[in-house]
Amino acid sequence: MWGRVYQLLIKEFLQLKRDKSARYRLFIPPLIQMLLFGYAATFEVFNVATVALDQDHTQESRALVDAFVHSSRFHIVANTTTRKQVQDAVESSTAQVGIVVPQGFTELLRKGQSAPLQVLVDGTNSNTAMIALGYVGVISGAYGQAYTLDLAQRTGRALGAPIVKVTMQERYWYNPNLNSRWFFVPGLIGTLCLVSIVNLTAFAIVREREVGTLEQILVTPIQPIEFILGKTIPFFLIGLIEVLLIAVVGMLWFQVPFKGNPLVLLLGTSLFLLCTLAIGLLISTICKTQQQAFASNFFVLNPMFILSGFSFPISSMPEILQWLTYLDPLRYFLVIIRDTYLKGVGMDVVWPQMLGLAALGFVLFTFAVLRLRKSLD
Amino acid sequence: MKWRRVRAITIKEALQIVRDPRSLMIALLIPVLQMFLLGYGISLDVKHLPLCIYDQDNTTQSHDLLHRFSASPYFDTRPGLHNYAEVGRGLDTGNCRLVIVIPTGFSKGLADNGGSTVQALLDATDTNTASLAANYARAVIAGYSAQVQLDAIQSRGGQMQTVTPVEVRARVWFNEDLISRNFIIPGVVAMVMAIVGSQLSSLTIAREWERGTMELLISTPVQPMELMLGKLLPYFAVGMLDACICLALAMFWFDVPFRGTLIALFFTTGLFLLVVLCIGYYVSVSIRSQVGASQVALILTMLPTTLLSGFSFPIDQMPPVVQGVTYLISGRYYVTLLKALFLKGAPWSELAAPIACLTVYAAVMVVLAARSFHKTLD
Repeated sequence: MWGRVYQLLIKEFLQLKRDKSARYRLFIPPLIQMLLFGYAATFEVFNVATVALDQDHTQESRALVDAFVHSSRFHIVANTTTRKQVQDAVESSTAQVGIVVPQGFTELLRKGQSAPLQVLVDGTNSNTAMIALGYVGVISGAYGQAYTLDLAQRTGRALGAPIVKVTMQERYWYNPNLNSRWFFVPGLIGTLCLVSIVNLTAFAIVREREVGTLEQILVTPIQPIEFILGKTIPFFLIGLIEVLLIAVVGMLWFQVPFKGNPLVLLLGTSLFLLCTLAIGLLISTICKTQQQAFASNFFVLNPMFILSGFSFPISSMPEILQWLTYLDPLRYFLVIIRDTYLKGVGMDVVWPQMLGLAALGFVLFTFAVLRLRKSLD
Repeated sequence: MKWRRVRAITIKEALQIVRDPRSLMIALLIPVLQMFLLGYGISLDVKHLPLCIYDQDNTTQSHDLLHRFSASPYFDTRPGLHNYAEVGRGLDTGNCRLVIVIPTGFSKGLADNGGSTVQALLDATDTNTASLAANYARAVIAGYSAQVQLDAIQSRGGQMQTVTPVEVRARVWFNEDLISRNFIIPGVVAMVMAIVGSQLSSLTIAREWERGTMELLISTPVQPMELMLGKLLPYFAVGMLDACICLALAMFWFDVPFRGTLIALFFTTGLFLLVVLCIGYYVSVSIRSQVGASQVALILTMLPTTLLSGFSFPIDQMPPVVQGVTYLISGRYYVTLLKALFLKGAPWSELAAPIACLTVYAAVMVVLAARSFHKTLD
């Protein structure tokens, strides 16, 4: 049996070696995507284009505006002298945030009353807007507190009632600087693997069928199970190489830390590859032409990608979609990747995901083999 | 150029579309599927985030604060934790994404020193969720803080007012309730147009090569320009039909506010469709296999439209070099226009620049596509 599998393996590798465009398709798209996700995909909010208008012209109001100027979160793009200019700047997208210190601000502050700071935000990108608003609150809050403290020290006069204040001190675990790259780059291992391995497997068989060489193989003494092994082992190996490639580029180029045990990741990768191979085989039993196989991408791979939690949190999806995510092998694999990369946890934590992947892989693979045997006989 | 020939090619191509159920399926099913999947699946809003509490203080005050967290729609409170080992474990396993630690002496600090600090430990593997969760937690604590302040004053029987020294009065424009769907859906429309447009046209020429009908086509008197027009016209019609489906879903199903003019919307959609059709056509001429052509076309259109158009990631946060690259992406202009039309209802004066860029882009792509095809066999 292994002799025949071995022969088929040699044939597959030769075919891959001689197909120049396949080689490009294997390695160039992953590389482009890594660069794009590494450099372009960021949810961080720094240097938000801001216009500030100080209508009060006092020491206090200037200090408050300065607090924004010196923050790395905001970047003052233009000086404004009227309210209309602030509105126009936000309207025309010159600035995303407009800050107005209205006249009488300092008078209220000195009297010990709440002094209003008017903030205008362009909400088109609700995510950036919300995070930016959070920073506005933090900066003005810190300013207010420092001001009250300073006033109390200088004059012995407290503003209003003695302040009883509960503050929050946050600590970001696993990614202390909230670097989006640490979130996206490891995740790419899963998504890129999914796309390339499912495609390779599906196309390898569909092509044989389309070109007519499948019949030639069927007249040889090869058994269905040998055929399946010969068709999947090469892609399994290629999958491992691709994972290694992405992991190395991620660590050396993008400096994403790897805290966990590589063996845990290897086990997770193997189980995930089993799932992707099975999906590829299944697609090949359904599609007659390469074109159909490619179209099935949209109906299989794209939903898997969106439901995986790769960039959008699963907990925010409607409940029905959340249930569907349990059928998505990529969902489990992404948790394994991110947990081993960033959290550095081991089997004691990720075993449910491993179990999920193993179960899915087993079911999918059995189903695929049964269907394929039928279509081969 | 003879219109009769253009018409003949158009009819042939249209018949081919109608008689090939698979491509019709791609053309009509993909937009609907994508719109629903992305419309519901993509949300950056934080809801029901698992939250655990480690209450070292265990007093009425600390319980009050905990109640505020349980009442918040943003968090799902899980059973309490009892030591730091459990805290670490909870974050490690993902059972909680946020742990609030209320230190011993919390209530005493409030009574004696006029202040206390609680600790928020966040799982930052998902950076965006973490920073939004921190914002919400801060808001919950600020609300509690104000309440404590008020209670303190009332217990003293004083008339003194509570003061937040600087009070932020924020007004949000264009997307008043900060609903992420409102800015994602217009981007999804652009993405769907990119996929459908490039996929449809990337097959047209490659198919002729693969099926061997190219020789027949070349032997007819049709000119390259006529061929391109005839080939792309039916797909343009299909693409505009898809656009109508997507835009209608966006407006009526997902209730994204539309504040611009329909004429501007259809004009810019037509321009963008023309660009992606031409890219697909160009690729189809250059790469003579259907699968290769559709793969390359997908990478050239969908990937940049998703990542570099400002649809999901803000352009101004990208490194300067990447920001420069985004100017070469047609999706950037289209997404800008879609957002301006949907959410802002921007006047023509503001639409003029991106429309001009998109027009130039379309013109260049039409010329490139038209010149790519030669009536030779090699």
